[in-house]
Amino acid sequence: MFDYLKYIREWNFPHIWCSGCGDGIVLKALIRAMDKLKVSRDEAVMVSGIGCSSRTPGYIDINTLHTTHGRALAFATGVKHAKPELKVIVVTGDGDCTAIGGNHFIHAARRNIDMTVLLYNNYIYGMTGGQCSPTTPKGYKASTAQYGNIEPPFNTSGLAIAAGASFVARTDVYHVQQCEKMISLALQRKGFSLVEILTPCPTAFGRRNRMSDPVVMMEWLRDNAVSGRKWENLSAQEREGKIQTGVLIDVEKPEFTAEYGKLMEKVGVQK
Amino acid sequence: MKKVIMGNHAVSYGVRASEAKVISAYPITPQTHVVELLSEMCANGEIDAKFIKVESEHSAMAACVGAAAAGSRTFTATSSQGLLLMHEMLHWAVGARLPIVLANINRAVGPPWSIWTDQNDSLSQRDVGWLQIYCESNQETQDTIPQAFKVAEELQMPVMIVMDAFFLSHTFEIVDILEAQEVRKFLPPYHPDIKIDINDPHSFGNLASPEHYMELRYMIQEAMEKAVGLIKKVDGEFQKQFGRGYGLIHPYRCADAEIILVTSGTVASTARAVIDEMRDEGVKIGALKVRVFRPFPFEEIFEVLSRAKKVAVIDRNISFGGHGIFFQEIKSALYGRTDVPILGYIAGLGGRDITPGVIRQIAEQAITDKNPHRYINWIGVKT
Ligand SMILES: Cc1ncc(C[n+]2csc(CCOP(=O)(O)OP(=O)(O)O)c2C)c(N)n1
Ligand code: SF4
Repeated sequence: MFDYLKYIREWNFPHIWCSGCGDGIVLKALIRAMDKLKVSRDEAVMVSGIGCSSRTPGYIDINTLHTTHGRALAFATGVKHAKPELKVIVVTGDGDCTAIGGNHFIHAARRNIDMTVLLYNNYIYGMTGGQCSPTTPKGYKASTAQYGNIEPPFNTSGLAIAAGASFVARTDVYHVQQCEKMISLALQRKGFSLVEILTPCPTAFGRRNRMSDPVVMMEWLRDNAVSGRKWENLSAQEREGKIQTGVLIDVEKPEFTAEYGKLMEKVGVQK
Repeated sequence: MKKVIMGNHAVSYGVRASEAKVISAYPITPQTHVVELLSEMCANGEIDAKFIKVESEHSAMAACVGAAAAGSRTFTATSSQGLLLMHEMLHWAVGARLPIVLANINRAVGPPWSIWTDQNDSLSQRDVGWLQIYCESNQETQDTIPQAFKVAEELQMPVMIVMDAFFLSHTFEIVDILEAQEVRKFLPPYHPDIKIDINDPHSFGNLASPEHYMELRYMIQEAMEKAVGLIKKVDGEFQKQFGRGYGLIHPYRCADAEIILVTSGTVASTARAVIDEMRDEGVKIGALKVRVFRPFPFEEIFEVLSRAKKVAVIDRNISFGGHGIFFQEIKSALYGRTDVPILGYIAGLGGRDITPGVIRQIAEQAITDKNPHRYINWIGVKT
């Protein structure tokens, strides 16, 4: 059996996640991906913002930096710039990354700075009890949208692609093997590599939207997250209400720290 | 009508009764209930206000600034990191002379992360020019909201109402609920002379040359000085109508007290219980609650404290490299009175409980301390 414990800070347990929360599934998928790729724990740094998702670095035994709400990518930019040899992994929530931290998100993607960004999208602010986030779908309820949300949501992955990220994938915690694979690919890419991971929050999202049973939320992911060729074969009508998963973009582009290094060489700065 | 409600909801009811027209906020523990209830009240028509959901506290205050400039009565609530993120906009609200009311739930600042109470978040905003009022009960908190709007609108200055995380924000107490039709007599609808108006255009936030900038700053200070009397007057009017008043400060058994404990927030209530106990034992002790921190009521405080033989200030905050922040203000209020030693006590940071036992320990330590210059005493620090 796979030994997760060597990557886990047992002293920080029990964790804060509710039963039925998907966040732990991502943590395990990440650990398996790191283990298979033999990512050195000393060279890996996890940077997170604030939220239930952003608690992940409390539990994984690598270098971790738990920062302020929305700013993980700004802190991570500092880490990567100072020590480009480090493998920077950012953990962030939909609120953290696309609301309060939205500005950092588009600019980190635009620069194409090398980091793996795991965006846990649960469509809600989980930690503060279920307020609308920029990814809450229209019509769904939140504590700040008691009669249903009227704002159109972000297509977060689309936003990253448009802003310039070189690798973007979407996955979910029901399709856990795909989830691990997408994380693994992102870890191997050089550049801004986003994995948007759909994950259930039965407590803050499900309860308000007739999905308080975590199993129902998992089944929803099973039935609605559609990857690869399956997606290609769906008609426009069949795609309605479904979500495309898998690799959405995977291109080679100049990476920020490498470009910066080249510039320094060109102007003759000695390291 | 009386209701048993949590401190956060006392804020919401105060805002409801004040008929705020625009509310904008971003969620943060332990404030979230304030705006959740308000958002519910907006949605079900209990209050005729617009609720603006935003993507950060910075945007929340910016939206309030915009709404207030457009002539609306405007409210927001936040806490800790959220208040700090607003900092730039807090300055803006003052310079633009907009009467926004903000409730801040005192929560310790990270890192390390803490959701529990201390006052460093609001006190680090001391110099931006917001009026600051510290409340100790749910009733006082609710009642202070319409008072704050009234003062704010008369002065064209923003007001921050401050309460302790959990000890007040999440504590349920009986509150006599204010109703809008009653409050309207006390706080009439807001119609500013200058606002964004297509029929009477103005330019807001323009550049001021060195010729003019200083005068505008002078006027802010002038408003602050006027605020001392105005808060008292407005509190008096409120008391006349509703039978409840709170004052700038609240001295308790201070008249003949030889030693006076200075407190703020919920610690004030706990301190009064300790004072009663110690009075029964024959100790001539009193307590002074400082309710209004900005403008600082120097004269009123001097009046009470200069009669004592000793003063002990309990600070749930610290100005690193300086002293407790209330201590510093008290010391400057008593400037020249070298015969009244002022001792400072730092306690309860990051939500550590300030129990009656802790307050008694401070009182006893202060009574026996022969050194009049012990400005910082840390209470209960584990070494
Ligand atoms: C400046 C600031 N504002 C607000 C908060 C309160 N806060 C903590 S977590 C959170 C939202 C978290 O939502 P998301 O990022 O989607 O993560 P989730 O909890 O759903 O995993 C908020 C608003 C904060 N910590 N700091
Ligand atoms: S509130 Fe939601 S996101 Fe947070 S731990 Fe619970 S289920 Fe997970």
